[in-house]
Amino acid sequence: MVGQRIKRREDPRLIQGRATYVDDIKIVGMEHVAFARSDIAHGRIRSIDTSAAEAMAGVTAVLTGAQVAEFVGPVPIITPFPSPDHRAVVVDTVRYVGEAVAVVVATDRYIVKDAADAIVVDYDVLPAVVDTEQAMTGQPAQLHADFENNLAIALVPSGTGVSPDGQTVDDTAIDKAFADADVVVSQRMVNHRLAPSAIEPRGTVAHYEPGHDKMTIWSSTQVPHLLRGFIARMNDMGEDQVRAIAPEVGGGFGAKIQAYPEDYVVAGLSKKLGIALKWIEDRSEAFLATTHGRGVIGYIDIAATKAGKVLGMKLRLIADIGAYNTLFTAAIPTFTTLMANATYDIPAIRTTITEVFTNKTPTDAYRGAGRPEATYFVERGLDMLARKLDMDPADVRRRNFIQPDQFPYTTQMGAVYDSGDYTAALDRALQNSGWDKLKVERDQAQAEGRLVGLGLAMYVEVCGLGPSAVLPTGGWEHSQVTIERDGRINATTGASPHGQGNETTFAQMLADQFGVPLDHITIHHGDTAVAKQGIGTFGSRSQAVGGAALHLAGGKVKKKMAKFAASLIEAHEDDLVFENGRISVKGAPDSGKSFAEVASYAYVPVVGGAVQLPDGLEPGLSEEAFFEPSNNTYPFGCHIALLEIDRETGEPTLLRFVAVDDAGNLINPLIVEGQIHGGLAQGIGQAMIEEVRYSEDGQPLTGSFMDYAIPRAADLPRFELDSTVTPTPVNPLGAKGVGEAGTLGSTPCIVSAAVDALSQFGVTHIDMMLRPEKLWQIINGGQS
Amino acid sequence: MANVSITVNGKLRTADVEPRLLLVHFLREQLNLTGTHVGCDTSQCGACTVLVDGRSAKSCTIFAVQADGSEVTTIEGLAAGDGQLHPLQDGFWEEHGLQCGYCTPGMIMSAVDLLNNNPSPSEREIREGLDGNFCRCTGYQHIVNAVQHAANKG
Repeated sequence: MVGQRIKRREDPRLIQGRATYVDDIKIVGMEHVAFARSDIAHGRIRSIDTSAAEAMAGVTAVLTGAQVAEFVGPVPIITPFPSPDHRAVVVDTVRYVGEAVAVVVATDRYIVKDAADAIVVDYDVLPAVVDTEQAMTGQPAQLHADFENNLAIALVPSGTGVSPDGQTVDDTAIDKAFADADVVVSQRMVNHRLAPSAIEPRGTVAHYEPGHDKMTIWSSTQVPHLLRGFIARMNDMGEDQVRAIAPEVGGGFGAKIQAYPEDYVVAGLSKKLGIALKWIEDRSEAFLATTHGRGVIGYIDIAATKAGKVLGMKLRLIADIGAYNTLFTAAIPTFTTLMANATYDIPAIRTTITEVFTNKTPTDAYRGAGRPEATYFVERGLDMLARKLDMDPADVRRRNFIQPDQFPYTTQMGAVYDSGDYTAALDRALQNSGWDKLKVERDQAQAEGRLVGLGLAMYVEVCGLGPSAVLPTGGWEHSQVTIERDGRINATTGASPHGQGNETTFAQMLADQFGVPLDHITIHHGDTAVAKQGIGTFGSRSQAVGGAALHLAGGKVKKKMAKFAASLIEAHEDDLVFENGRISVKGAPDSGKSFAEVASYAYVPVVGGAVQLPDGLEPGLSEEAFFEPSNNTYPFGCHIALLEIDRETGEPTLLRFVAVDDAGNLINPLIVEGQIHGGLAQGIGQAMIEEVRYSEDGQPLTGSFMDYAIPRAADLPRFELDSTVTPTPVNPLGAKGVGEAGTLGSTPCIVSAAVDALSQFGVTHIDMMLRPEKLWQIINGGQS
Repeated sequence: MANVSITVNGKLRTADVEPRLLLVHFLREQLNLTGTHVGCDTSQCGACTVLVDGRSAKSCTIFAVQADGSEVTTIEGLAAGDGQLHPLQDGFWEEHGLQCGYCTPGMIMSAVDLLNNNPSPSEREIREGLDGNFCRCTGYQHIVNAVQHAANKG
């Protein structure tokens, strides 16, 4: 079954409207929660008038931040960086539009909104700072008292000559690279803010049962086990007292890794009031209260020879992290610097990270989380180098690739790339796109006055997160595989999916491992009472870490089952094969027993009236495994875009998109294609139409889908996909992970195509997004 | 309160509702037909799409009282009820036209209307016909394939 394009087992419930998302959950006596939110970007709360809200029929409780602070502590983070006090509901100072200032509980979801709207807050308005580099001056606003000049992280160096603790910095190698260079390209680039925009907004149902002193929390989360831990800790409960359930989850894209203020408040209020509570985010709320992604300025300098060999690179990052440091916020830019080597054998690299508070929604993980930013900066930089040297962009890359015989390859940034064949991916993409012919067609189109451009980008990402040494949550994944007494298989995974299709791919793997039909297997996930341990789904880790844990647990139980079978068949366990629902001696299928017969024996190990347990085994067939990866995986690929810009309007149209992706071994190519398509759509969205914007005083200008454009069907071309297969040695499956891949190569190759189309106007770089007005200005004599 | 009589999935449903109650909340909260989803509050995303008197409509943009006397079909009522999936449901399954599934009911209901009006649409017509439905997971290519799958069967 592994490797086949099997349609998903999840789908029947989803296409018939029979799935259960968090807003579909009802509990007897459940009431509703809504938040009143700040409508200014920065200010001190002078007073809050909750009297009108409290007077409404059906309102159970209204609480201000000070009241919430009595039972909900500061919002925790898990990165090892200093962080200011962050309250779930503001106690005295609001720092972004949308920050919660009060919370309401009511019997009805319309009434609770009415009541939240009736809360009146009087502020001393403070100046707001929105521009990241402006914020670094500490003017006109200082967000947090202990963070001078709004610097969450002042400057963290890494790369060549920097000690692992960052304390000593030796510039010899990087200085020499730039001294020896024939050419240097330098560019400031902006990788702008995005709204993750899962179509299902967030939501939480919390049900504290006083008689049991136990809490159940349903949340639209990617990480139910992490959520359980946070909810327990914040409510002075043990992890044994909290059960977290991710029901059907309507997309996540990184933004649902977070344990959010709303989760803590809803859980805390349920405990305080002793009733079940539901909070469902509105889309307009989501644009303010769900973390944003990206928002990083990169200053890149590339030193190279005339022949296009890169000698050294500097990359200075300035991250706009918004008003607070949330769960993973501070760590996201570290993934950008970690991947600064890209697919290239660059001998000297210096990166620095600066993180800055601004009066905006906090940023955190969004699909790719730091790696798309790295790919964008480096690939755009290499494209500028190719243009400066008048070289084909493919040739510049080819000249610098890490070669297949160099793996495992330790980068200047300390990453150890597991495996790769970058030339193969590049060649396949060039061939599939008809690169040489496309260049001729582009030249002809340009000669006719059409603004047609070609762009190419390589990418490599760090996936399969990750060894526990680099992930503060632990980097393993867990699985339990149980052969039931009727021979059916129940398996659990801690990799809680939200569209990834684990119920299908994981069953495919077990079907092969045990030689049983797919429909004899059920995969359970998302409920901490059923899948007992787990980390969750992010960083393209489901298959590479979760799948590996499943494989290990399956292997353990298979070994035990073989001992029971060997005893029944009177054969040696090493001679047995699991095929077609039977366990039998290899080459003698009739010799064996059915899967169900062996399973039944394992649970009732009685022969001739006496208990007969082979090799002193315990009864039963249920084994679990934790898989701790020895390294990350590093999938890679090459993307090519053909773009045309309307000379009259500046409107760009993506004509073709060719992608070659190498995610190692694939379990289900149909699902892999879907993952790549989705990633491409989000990358293309970033390059062409998506951008979170704020006014100078911190008012969001993109607060709904009316102003924030996510790609629609007609915005996208038919993607032309292909793959190369370079398995990873890091896990027993050879699978690398693919969930984020599409977001990496797509932004630089589209922007490079736009620059290619407009290079005749003297432009060498254009910041995303490719707003028609911006392109029109370039065409009509202004610069980007 | 206002009294409404709406035929939902072939069954007459009568209720007293607040005049401001949205049709989608009438379906979800009062009838427990939770297959219809809410993805935005500005009528863009189309997750709430149902058929009202045979035409696709965003049920977050209609008050229940406006649907008084209408026939409403939701995702739960789309298949004939004989255990067979509707050709579009089948197409979405066969062609992997969904991932998280949240937009899917609305997407399918819009596609029903699309194929009712144009049984053999081109790829461009499918893409433009689904303009009012957002999907954040699939990049739409498999959705287009799913609609083509259903059109070829129909």
